[in-house]
Amino acid sequence: MEAATATQDTRRTGKKSDRARSERRLAYMLCAPAVIAMLIVTGYPIGYAFYLSLQKFDLRFPDDKEFVGFQNYADVLTSSTWWSDVAVTSIITLISVSIELVLGMAIALVMHRAIFGRGPVRAAILVPYGIVTVVAAFAWRYAFDPASGFVQGLPLISDTAAPLTNQAGSLLVIILAEVWKTTPFMALLLLAGLALVPDEMHEAGKVDGASAWQRFTKITLPLMRPAILVALLFRTLDAFRIFDNVFIIQPGGALGTETVSILGYNVLINRVNLGLGSAISILIFLAVILIAVFFVKVLGTSTAQQTGEAT
Amino acid sequence: MGSQHSARERVMWLIGILVVIFYALIPVVWITSLSLKKPDEVGDRKFFSGFSFDNYDVIFSDDTFIAALINSLGIAAIATLISIVLAAMAAYALSRLEFAGKAVILSGALAVAMFPPISIVGSLFDIWRAIGLYDTWPGLIIPYMTFTLPLAIYTLSAFFREIPWELEQAAQVDGATPFQAFRKIIVPLAAPGVFTASILVFIFAWNDFIFANTLTSTDAARTVPAALAFFTGASQFEQPIGAVAAAAVVVTVPIIIMVLIFQRRIVAGLTAGAVKG
Repeated sequence: MEAATATQDTRRTGKKSDRARSERRLAYMLCAPAVIAMLIVTGYPIGYAFYLSLQKFDLRFPDDKEFVGFQNYADVLTSSTWWSDVAVTSIITLISVSIELVLGMAIALVMHRAIFGRGPVRAAILVPYGIVTVVAAFAWRYAFDPASGFVQGLPLISDTAAPLTNQAGSLLVIILAEVWKTTPFMALLLLAGLALVPDEMHEAGKVDGASAWQRFTKITLPLMRPAILVALLFRTLDAFRIFDNVFIIQPGGALGTETVSILGYNVLINRVNLGLGSAISILIFLAVILIAVFFVKVLGTSTAQQTGEAT
Repeated sequence: MGSQHSARERVMWLIGILVVIFYALIPVVWITSLSLKKPDEVGDRKFFSGFSFDNYDVIFSDDTFIAALINSLGIAAIATLISIVLAAMAAYALSRLEFAGKAVILSGALAVAMFPPISIVGSLFDIWRAIGLYDTWPGLIIPYMTFTLPLAIYTLSAFFREIPWELEQAAQVDGATPFQAFRKIIVPLAAPGVFTASILVFIFAWNDFIFANTLTSTDAARTVPAALAFFTGASQFEQPIGAVAAAAVVVTVPIIIMVLIFQRRIVAGLTAGAVKG
């Protein structure tokens, strides 16, 4: 019976409901491997992380493993290290995403209104996007290190400036590296959003005597709101996970540059304290969910936009 | 169109373009310049102090770097192949077939893409050591699926939505067998999208640092980004700056070439799924 339905279906002669059913079955079969793979590679480890987070489990003393309930969470949430790392991560995220939004918008406008040279600009901004983050982080670290850099040779900058020897300077270099690497992604998302703003509305604004700035703030920005929110959501979640840049520019998160991901790494891999480290892992996971919920529920970011015609 | 712009506007655009290009290239130029310096020139603050390929000789005679290069290429290629095959099947269903749960699968994939890797490295570290996947190729390829699969599903669905599938039926009406119709009509139409998605996925896998750093320990599976980090960590007081710079240039050049050749398609792939009302 099933086979008969399928044959009819290929000839488009079957009843609509039969056709729909076999189409659905095929769709599920095609989607199953990818969906199952994603569930296994993320669901299982995160579940196991939650299990570990409820244990006292230090690989240096593996025999002392015991169930301690939410004790690890209490330890993390009452430590000043966790909260100062949350603050550092939030500062990096907030500053770099804000700069990226402004810079990305500027680059998007240059590309959108380009009289000529759109190709070279597009090619150039894809370079930061494609480059390995660790490589770019080394480039920035060396550039600012007095032993190997060019920054100290620039006008207006002290010959002996050593930004990587203090917290503020290090955070500045980390933010610079992050902004440099990810602004192109922001610019491309905004460029796609700009393309959705109809030219006629600008013409109408011009006729009504609106200045270029007024047209930008009163016409372009409101119409781009969905695209801007999606770009901000992506980049905020991404920035909050920052790891590579910090790891290379200020190894180990030294000088007060430790972010939550670096803290997780230090506890899990360096101190091999899997119980405590897993509690940190789960808390970072929850923080990411919280940020996503804030964007979707409070700001009304529509992920339906993301799913395109699927809705 | 160009004629309606004044000379002043053109100069402004030219400046804008040059600023963007300068911005994009400055660290690349600096690390390339460092890689071509002799040890006594590293601190001279000059963008050009001559061509010395000593640093390249050093890294290409270093077994650790060669091993890391092979690991990076092999692991990224296999991860790309697996995720593109799985994602192409799913993307075909998502873009062409009618079924309930499309939105769930797509938002699920998006959620997985936003997943913080640090949340699972501890578990994987423990599980991999128990079952023997620690410091192996599969030990990295499996976690890479957490970001390669969602990316591939998104880009491929976006590309597949643009394919005029009616042509397949038209070919069958004209007497082609279903397989001929698929091979002669659909494969050529889908190939560019699949190719672009593969490049994007490969770049992401090639870029990974956190998994490679936590789940490997030797030349057996350590990829270039992780090897670079340990390269410097080993000798804190005498950093092999020139060698790291040369290695950095070696892993960057192929990516830049790919990006430059396929820039138009890559931009389409990056944004097609993202902002499509």
